[in-house]
Formats: sequence, structure tokens, C-alpha cells
Amino acid sequence: MKVLIANGYVVDPAQQVNTGKNLLIEDGRIAGLLDRAEPRPEGVEVLDATGLVVAPGFVDLHVHLREPGQEYKETIATGAAAAVAGGWTTVCAMPNTDPVNDNPAVTRFIVEQGQRAKLANVFPIGAVTKGGCGKELAEMGEMKAAGIVAVSDDGNPVPGAGMMRRALEYARGFDLPVVDHCQDPSLSKGGVMHEGRWSLILGLRGLPAAAEEVDAVRDCVLARLTGARLHLAHMSTRGAIEAVRQAKQAGLQVTCEIAPHHWTLTDQAVESYDTNTKMSPPLRSSEHVEALLEGMRDGTIDAIATDHAPHHSDEKALEFDEAPFGIIGLETAIGLAFDLVHQGTISLERLVEMCATNPARIFSLTDRGSLAPNAHADVTILDPACEWVFDVAASKSKSRNSPFHGRAMKGAAVATIVGGRLVYLHPDYGRITQLKYREASAK
Amino acid sequence: MAAFFILALGPWVFGLCKKLDLTRVVRVAAVQLLIDQRPKTQFMHTTFERKDLLGIRELSAGEIVHILDTAETFRDISRRQVKKVPTLRGRTVINLFFEPSTRTRTSFEIAAKRLSADAVNITPSNSSVSKGETLLDTARNLEAMAPDCIVIRHSMAGAPHHLARMCNAPIVNAGDGAHEHPTQALLDALTIREHKKKIEGLKVAIIGDILHSRVARSNIYLLTRLGATVSVAGPGTLVPAEFVGLVEQGLRLEKRIEDAIEGADAVIVLRIQRERQDAAFFPSMREYAIHYGLHPEHLKLAAPDAIVMHPGPINRGIEISSEIADGSTSLILDQVTNGLAVRMAVLYLLSRGSRADVDEDAESRK
Repeated sequence: MKVLIANGYVVDPAQQVNTGKNLLIEDGRIAGLLDRAEPRPEGVEVLDATGLVVAPGFVDLHVHLREPGQEYKETIATGAAAAVAGGWTTVCAMPNTDPVNDNPAVTRFIVEQGQRAKLANVFPIGAVTKGGCGKELAEMGEMKAAGIVAVSDDGNPVPGAGMMRRALEYARGFDLPVVDHCQDPSLSKGGVMHEGRWSLILGLRGLPAAAEEVDAVRDCVLARLTGARLHLAHMSTRGAIEAVRQAKQAGLQVTCEIAPHHWTLTDQAVESYDTNTKMSPPLRSSEHVEALLEGMRDGTIDAIATDHAPHHSDEKALEFDEAPFGIIGLETAIGLAFDLVHQGTISLERLVEMCATNPARIFSLTDRGSLAPNAHADVTILDPACEWVFDVAASKSKSRNSPFHGRAMKGAAVATIVGGRLVYLHPDYGRITQLKYREASAK
Repeated sequence: MAAFFILALGPWVFGLCKKLDLTRVVRVAAVQLLIDQRPKTQFMHTTFERKDLLGIRELSAGEIVHILDTAETFRDISRRQVKKVPTLRGRTVINLFFEPSTRTRTSFEIAAKRLSADAVNITPSNSSVSKGETLLDTARNLEAMAPDCIVIRHSMAGAPHHLARMCNAPIVNAGDGAHEHPTQALLDALTIREHKKKIEGLKVAIIGDILHSRVARSNIYLLTRLGATVSVAGPGTLVPAEFVGLVEQGLRLEKRIEDAIEGADAVIVLRIQRERQDAAFFPSMREYAIHYGLHPEHLKLAAPDAIVMHPGPINRGIEISSEIADGSTSLILDQVTNGLAVRMAVLYLLSRGSRADVDEDAESRK
């Protein structure tokens, strides 16, 4: 089966393509980029993308799909549905499920559930340690054979420099990146929000920036010692970004990601004690937000990842101290990332690079993150001008824990193609392209 | 306003009116006269129209002064033989105390009773909270019984805000975690004003565990908003440098308590919570008492007529020496008395309903 995505504007940093092209898909793979003037191949289905941006499918390195064990929060199917509605063709599922993904049986289950859902590609991340408890290494080799793409004890840091060293050394043997949630527990114990002026005003215990920074520096030192691949999850502090910057300058295999809420909101958002502003790492002060923007501009930050963390509304309806950390993010990430494009902080190419090119490279996802011939036909079609308002009640996720309900956005994913199959189409797609077509022909 | 004074000074006014057989017109004039004799402040009088009292930080100077002035008029009721006015007759006040407290809970209970409200006390040990019910469900159940005011104390910051979002009844924060304790700050201010006749321009020292203290926070907001200067001091682990950003101006952090007390008109000593000592914020009670406890020689550094306050209960010999606690400068018991007046004022202002209702109440007493 052949599909032609016609008249779009193709942005593919991996091939340094940034121009109007038609994209031909054949049997789930990319057949090639064609000039618009070239005659259309015989028997091809056409998806008109006039005025839209055609990008390699977006890859989210950091989601919590809650299955197995907490299906009341999210399932792999609902999480994958939210992913494709948000423009993500691939999601990498963190292992802190119940049971923890620390053995090949759980890994295979997640892979199979992902295939059954037939929406986004779902790649599991294995635990670094058994049960995520930080004591004994998990069976990384067996899990890799079953389909994991990285290891992490996310939710918690890998405790102790000694254990982190062993993890990096062992993971190196299987060429798996170790993903660390940087937070020194001796500094962060009991904290529920960023430590600073607002935590003092609100009387809430603080998670100091130093807790993340100390661990990030530790991990970079150990990456040098071991020569292993280190990926730092959801960086939120100036010091951690600086540690990654220096590690990169030293030529270490260190990469990092950031989450949209960390550049969009500050710790002031906690003022009303809304538990949908509680996440780990916490919303930081503007000083740290600036460092994140700078890191995106200068290339220190490799990837945008959502840290999609669904929680039931009953759990979020507790006191701030008692409510769990985390918010959903798959459907709001692109809108919030486009804020940065419209503000001129980053270019559209850089957005695609951070959402597709780099994430696919960091987790070594073969033949993804690019629209090069023979790559998997994972495509995200974007409308940078689409104005919309996020309604959490309409979310495809099972959970409703978002601080962005009611927020006006500009820029959205309007079609998502996974393995050549159209898995999401914006309800107004036809009208949007018609309008664009009319605009284009008027010129 | 007139109706309010009829209530507060009701018996006296009515007694006078009866004796002199004055007409209603003259009575109103008499009340007007009383209003004119109220303590003068530099701030414009505003009304207090909030649904809840969750903290001091969001209050304007006018609102604070309004509560203090109202409290002053209620102080008299507790000095009478019959310590009861019918102001909140038929109203229900629920005291929902998730944290053990004798002083504050009793104070709110007596305040409610002296206003003729029905006060109900709920503590976690004898409620469904111990059976795993969430705060939200507890609140919804209480709400279904149509209380006119809910007073809540909780160990977690923001719990009253959580309740306020869910309940139609006014919520009074009686202390939430390390966040705020607004009625404590109001009674401290009432005590200071009683003895110093003003708050603006005063220098107040707050000594002790600032980090975990809701009393310190509420006091810092209130005193700086009314124009006082506040100096805080305590162990470095309990006075974070970022505290200075709590208010725009008027707050200073000192390393030594002597520097904070120097020239102070009032010294507020905070309670050291022994139960928190396992977190090791300082090496020992002994060292704390020596370096951060308030001793008589400290008071020589303060202004000549300085007053000493403590939110209680006190740890004698640790944060405050007995000579000071029992000495003439100590206003610890005045604070308790003023606490009652402040809580009456707060309950009155929040649960009075419409003004017409109160007027009607006053009429019915004739």
C-alpha cells in the first residue's frame, strides 16, 4: 500500500531537509521524498498536507503508562491513544509499574500490550535494580533481549554512587543507556515543591535545586569513570544543565531531556495548593527556567520528554503533602513546545530535533526519528498556526491531572502516522487543509 | 456598623436608654458617639467581606485593623459577669482539629459560646478520619449538616484552602502545617497595640524556629503590613536565608539573637518543638538554651519598656527562662485573653451572614 503525503513542508533535521516536498510511504516504510512537481505514483492514497509541517514521528523518552498494576490510572492502550493524539508516534514506558519491569516477562507483556493497542510504538524501559529498590542489579541482558531500550529506576534516583557506577558499567555491556532521576534523597527527603521563596511562603517542605544538581554532577563524574551512556531525565535546574554542558564539552556520552511544564510554569503556580502543580522534579523558580531555555537554545538539552504521569483524581484530591507527584502531558507537550517557537526561543527545526531526531538516537531506535528512505513510516504532521484550548475532560488519557486545563495553545499535531497507518487525525483536519489550500492558491 | 455596636455594648447602651427613657433617634445618636470614640488608627476602615480567613498574607492593612478594632470591642464581654451575647444565636461553629491543641481549640470553643453559637469539636481520634476517610469526604459530610463556620487545624499546609474550595461555610484557619496561623498573629498584634498603642514604627524581634513556624510567618506578614520592622534570629538551620524574601520590606534576618533584640519594643519567642529534634536541626537542647534561649540580660538590649510574648505552650528554661516568662514584661497570659477576643471577632465577622440579620437580632433583644 502506498500513501503520499502531498504538498507539506518537510522538516527532517537528520537529513537536513527543510523544504516543500511530497513524502511517499510504501508498506509501512518511507519510500522517499519527492519533488512536488514529480508525477504521483500509480495507485497511491493521498493525504493533503498543504500548509502543514511534515516531520519524523515524535519520540517520547519518558512516560508512565501504569500497566501492569495500576490500570485505574492508565493502560497501555489509553496512554498510547493520548500519545498519538498529542503527536507522539513512539513512547518509552518507565518501569515503575506493579510489578516493576525488572524481568523479561514483564517486558514482553508491555511490548505485547503495545502491539495489541496498535496505536503508538511502545518501547519498555527496564529497571536498573530489582524492584527499583536500589540494592541488586536487574536482569538487563534478558530484558534487552525481550525489548527494553534503556534502564532506569525513575521516580527514584539510583541511590549511592557505588550502585550507579555498577549500573553504568553493567549496562555498557549491553549498550543500554542508564536514565537517572537526579535527586539526592538526603537533601530532598520530605520535600513536595521547589525549595525557595514560595515554599517558605506556603509552608511546604522544599526539594532544593541542589538535590538534583548534586546527583547530576555525581552521574557525570561516573559517566567519565565508566565511559557508559548516561541520560539524565527531566532536568529542571541551572546546575544540572551546567553539569551536562560540561560533560558534553568533555566528550562524554551524556544526554538529557526536559519536560514542558518545567519551562512553562514556575513554583509560583503552587500558590493555590493545587495538587496538579505537584510533580518531581518540582516546578522551579524563574532563574532555573531561564537556564532551561538557554540550554535549549545552545543545544545542551537534547530532548523534550513529557514525563506523562497519570494519577486518579481521588489521589490528587488529597492534601498537597499527601497527593502523588506527577501530571499527564502527552497531549499538551506540542502546544507548549510551539510557545517556544512562536516566542523565537527555538526554531521549528530545533523543535523537531528535540522531539524526534535526538530521542531516537539517544535510545538507539533503529530507523526512527528520520524520514530517510527505508525508515519506519512514523510521521507527525503539525499545524504551527492551529489555535486551540486544552480541555482535560476530553483527554484520551484515563486520568485528568493536568495544570493546563483551559490553557489556550497555538500549534498542534493534526495527524499522526505510525508504521504507515494513520492512527490520529485532528477532527477538523479537512477544514484546516482546505483553508490552507485556499490561502496558498490566493498567493 | 451601628448595629454592631449596639450588640457589643448592648446592655450598657440599652440600660442607659431605658434609664433616660430616650427615643430611638437619641439612641442612635448615642451609638454614633460611641463609634466616634473608637481607637483611632491611621488606616481607613474597611469592612471584612471575605468568605474565609485562611492567612494574613492576603489581607490588606485595612482588613487587619478592622478585625483588631472589632476584637477590641469584644474584649469587654469577657470582663462581664454574664459573659454571653446573643450575636450568633442559632449558628453552628465546627472546630475540626486534626492536630492536638488545647489552647487554640478551647479558645475558639469559648469564643463561639460567648457569642451564643453552638460549638462542636471534632478531633481525628473520635471521628471517621481514623477510619481512612479523606479530608474532602469529611468536609462534604460536615457541609451537609449546614454549619455556619468551620475552624480547622491541620498538620499539612494548605488543608484549609482545600476545605475552602469545597465548602460553602466560611473556613477559619487555626493553623496549617508551617503555613499560617492568622488568629495567633491577630492576637499578638492586639496585645502589642494594647500596650504600645500602635504598631507602625515599632521594632519587633522574633526568636527561634522560624522555618517550621506558622506563627512567625503570620506575624511577619501582619506586623510588616502595619508598618513595624521585624528582625528574626535563630539557629542557621532554622532561619533560611531565603526567608528575607517573604515580604517586600521591613524584615531582617540576624545570626545572633542579641542583634535581633537590640532596641526591640516587643520580643516574640517561638516554641521549640522537641518532637522535631530527631531531624537534628541543632545539636542539643542544652546548646539551644544557651545560644538561642531568651535570658534576662537579653532584655537589657531591648527598648526600656519592651514586652515579651510567646504563643505557648512554653518550654521553661529552653527557649525562655522562667524569670522572663513569669516576669512583669511577659504578656503571655494577656495573649490568651486577647486570643478569645480576636476569635470572637473573627467568628462574628465570618459567620454573621447579612447585616440585616444582625440588625434584626439586635431589634429582637429590645
